[in-house]
Amino acid sequence: MRNGRSKLAVLAAIPLLAAACSNGDGDSSEAGTNGGELSASLTGAGASFPDPLFQDWIYSYGEDVQPGVEINYQSVGSGAGIEQFLEQTVDFGSSEEYLGEEELAVAAENRGCEAIQFPVVFGSVVIALNNPDLDGLVLDAETIAGIYSTEITTFDDPAIAELNPDMDLPGDEIVPVHRSDSSGTTAVFTHYLSTEVESWADEYGEGKELDWAGGLVGGQQNDGVAQGINQNPGGLGYLNQSFAQEAGLAVASVVNADGNPIEPTLEATIAASDEADVPENFQFAIDGIGGEGYPIAGTNWIFTYTCGYENATADALIDFWTWALTDESAQEVAGDLGYAPLGPELTERVIAELERTNSENGGTQGGDADTETSDE
Amino acid sequence: MSTMTSTPVRQHVPLSQRPPGSSFRRFKDLLATVVLTMAMILAMIPLVLIIFEVTRRGIGVVDLDFFTQTEPPPRREGGGYAAGFFGTLYIMALAISMSIPFGIATAVYIVEYGPNRMTSTIRFFTDVMTGIPSIFVGLFVYGLLVIGWGGLGFGTFVGAVAIAVMMLPIVTRSAEEMLRLVPDEMRNAGYGLGARKWQVIVHTVLPAAAPGLTTGSMLAIARGIGETAPLMMTAFGSGLIVTGFQGDPQGSVPLQLFKGAAQPFEAGIDRAWGAALCLFALVLIFTVVARWVGSKASTAD
Amino acid sequence: MSTQAPEAPAPEEPRRGSLTSAKGRMADPIFKWAVTACGTIVLVILALMVIRTTSEAWPVFAKEGFFGFLTGQEWRSGDSRTEITGTYGAWPFIYGTLVTSAIAIVMALPLAIMVAFYITHLAPRRLAKPLSYTVELLAAVPSVIFGLWGLHWFLPNVLRPFFEVLENLLGWFFLFEGPIRGVGYMAAGIVLAIMILPIMTAIIREVIAVHPIEQRMAAYALGSTRWEVMRNIVLPAGFSGIVAAAMLGLGRALGETIAVLMLIGGSQSWSTSLFGTGSSMASHIAATFGEATPEARTGLMAIGVALFLVTMIINILARVIVRRLGRMTGDAAV
Repeated sequence: MRNGRSKLAVLAAIPLLAAACSNGDGDSSEAGTNGGELSASLTGAGASFPDPLFQDWIYSYGEDVQPGVEINYQSVGSGAGIEQFLEQTVDFGSSEEYLGEEELAVAAENRGCEAIQFPVVFGSVVIALNNPDLDGLVLDAETIAGIYSTEITTFDDPAIAELNPDMDLPGDEIVPVHRSDSSGTTAVFTHYLSTEVESWADEYGEGKELDWAGGLVGGQQNDGVAQGINQNPGGLGYLNQSFAQEAGLAVASVVNADGNPIEPTLEATIAASDEADVPENFQFAIDGIGGEGYPIAGTNWIFTYTCGYENATADALIDFWTWALTDESAQEVAGDLGYAPLGPELTERVIAELERTNSENGGTQGGDADTETSDE
Repeated sequence: MSTMTSTPVRQHVPLSQRPPGSSFRRFKDLLATVVLTMAMILAMIPLVLIIFEVTRRGIGVVDLDFFTQTEPPPRREGGGYAAGFFGTLYIMALAISMSIPFGIATAVYIVEYGPNRMTSTIRFFTDVMTGIPSIFVGLFVYGLLVIGWGGLGFGTFVGAVAIAVMMLPIVTRSAEEMLRLVPDEMRNAGYGLGARKWQVIVHTVLPAAAPGLTTGSMLAIARGIGETAPLMMTAFGSGLIVTGFQGDPQGSVPLQLFKGAAQPFEAGIDRAWGAALCLFALVLIFTVVARWVGSKASTAD
Repeated sequence: MSTQAPEAPAPEEPRRGSLTSAKGRMADPIFKWAVTACGTIVLVILALMVIRTTSEAWPVFAKEGFFGFLTGQEWRSGDSRTEITGTYGAWPFIYGTLVTSAIAIVMALPLAIMVAFYITHLAPRRLAKPLSYTVELLAAVPSVIFGLWGLHWFLPNVLRPFFEVLENLLGWFFLFEGPIRGVGYMAAGIVLAIMILPIMTAIIREVIAVHPIEQRMAAYALGSTRWEVMRNIVLPAGFSGIVAAAMLGLGRALGETIAVLMLIGGSQSWSTSLFGTGSSMASHIAATFGEATPEARTGLMAIGVALFLVTMIINILARVIVRRLGRMTGDAAV
């Protein structure tokens, strides 16, 4: 309510300001000239996986694009993100899993209109290693599953040796490290293993938290996993690409569906996202990636509603995400942090979907024009 | 009291001036002295280490900006924990205004109107409440106010309720001890002057116990300031300065520190250590002031 | 009347006012009523706690049975919104909580007693006060700081080498069986010990400081050494206080969240070796709360209820023991 008011106040002030400026000296009319000054305060909550990127986006957007828009994104986890979104305590939600039919139904019932979802960014989960000599070690889904189910216990295991004929493998014990908190990173990683390795699916399955084999090391968040890898000779763990990149850890190449060992790079993640077949409703998973694509990749979705926002909030929401998806500097930041932007064709579709935000608001709250005139 | 009475003991201590006992007993005494001293040193080592490490890593970060600016994204330098400090201040102000009056009033009830079955029940459960895990308090407030009957969502107020629930028994227990120390003569003198019970309590007992009450409250505040777990489920955290009373997620220093430390970016981690140092300093200030007030009061007596 | 009353003037005016006005007469019952209401707040809060969390957690207890929940080995949370589809067995977390707390108490209690005795009986008088302040100050250091320091500095630099020595010497014994992963029950337990040491020391110190000087002087007069006085006179008298301190420290250790979370190497299974990794009840709640689906959250509430029960039982036990031993020890720093 407050935000809507202040936006209206600004809107009302702009013509006055413009008029004043046209009469007097026109220097102070910065706000009036770019025509699109927005003022709103948004809250979002959800996945921690894209948090560094979102924080950077929000910061740059507030600094350089729309200083009047305040965005508070809390990386509380996908589960909480979905819950907060469904409870309508936040303006947008974020998750590494798309909303299923059940959640969409709950959302529609709670809000009285449809919820929409769209992907905004892709990210890879990399296998990081303690031993820098092993940088570029080739692994495939079977060996990774073998390592995490403690069937493969040393680096010179025949299964690994077969994939790395040219590498001098040490006989060190492998110490697999996993996330101890429940996380989307774990979900992406175990989803990959479950789709590729049948025995893994039977024994462990997939999820944000898992009943891991005994003797593994758990770490709290990416940081805990990185410490687990660093502090154990023979440590091996899965991490967000951006984290491994920043921490400067050695990483393994992973064999994809076409049998190519792929190094986890930004290009490989982009290639993976190109492989994904995105349906109309944006409910998809990136599976069976071949070509040059890195196979362990996840998507981050954003959720909004088609009604019930203040106009200022909705405008800011659409403007922010459009900026994040299309602005060159925003996309550059994504690349720097190890996240892959959407391809051009997908971006177009996503923006079309994004613009449906608050589109059904006419009936419940009155259209744009109405509100503005009635408030004067 | 204790300083005065311990003097005679000192005069007895030097074993060499005593009539000879068995040398084995003297050896045992020496051994015990050595072991206890070693234990003291052993206990101090980790505590000194932790202070040293936090200071070493935090000192370079803390400057004026650290208190006046909000935090940029973790990989960028500069900025600070203004949002966290503001949130902590806001939450603590609310929590203090809830827990301290109630805590002291409860203590007044227990001491001045007891003992009876009701006061001993309250006393017992206050004791029990001091041991309740903070995470459980978080779950409780979450279940009661955030999603449950209250349905208030996250915010400053629910965070403050959680902290107040943590502080309440600490305030009550210490206030109770302090009120008991007020000599009955003072109460009787009040009654002798014809004052009513409430007048005696408000004008005589509470002022007499005031320094002690301050000490207890300060220690409770020191405890509440560093709480993280209950706030994860109630205040929820925010990187922006939030002035709303309820409904918008609110930040706090421990929450922000916990989050910042989990990032891979040097700048963010440095700021987290800086925040750790500030928290430590805050707790130190509160504790020292509390003790100072307490000791002033006891010497005045 | 007592001779200690400092002054006894009897001015006329206040007496007249307070005895006659109706306002004054009403004020007393109102005041009493107000403080009673405040007093009962504690009971109301506790009752609400029990009712609210238990009712939140009820579906899980209904499915698993209360004892089934406590002893179940597997924790696999479902993601339904309406019913309970997962398996909820909290034993690995209960085990983790008990083991880490036990390590913490076993290490911290003797040390706390010794430090308390050092401060009260041996320390140079100029040092005694600063020492006891320092100890109490450290009781208030936020646990996030212990966790950060423990994971990034203490574990790799001190604990790990220590574990390796321990494993070399005692690896044949199942409690100290390798492999050593750094994080685990032992690491969490030791950091917990450091965390609860100050609070326990503070309580024990206070208890033995109030021990009557006459008894000690009598013992010295009979030719006792300082050790004999401590061992035979002060220690037995302070026993109930020590029990209370141990129980309080244990309560702290059981409920400690953040530091344990960072150091226990969370997994959902449990192992008999102290070097193994696991989870405690509190750490599992904090670790999975954010990502939890509504159903999983119900499961976490159930763990919360179990944790509450365990700490309640220990607390009540402590109070009963102390009372049985005929001495209530109150302490301000709790």
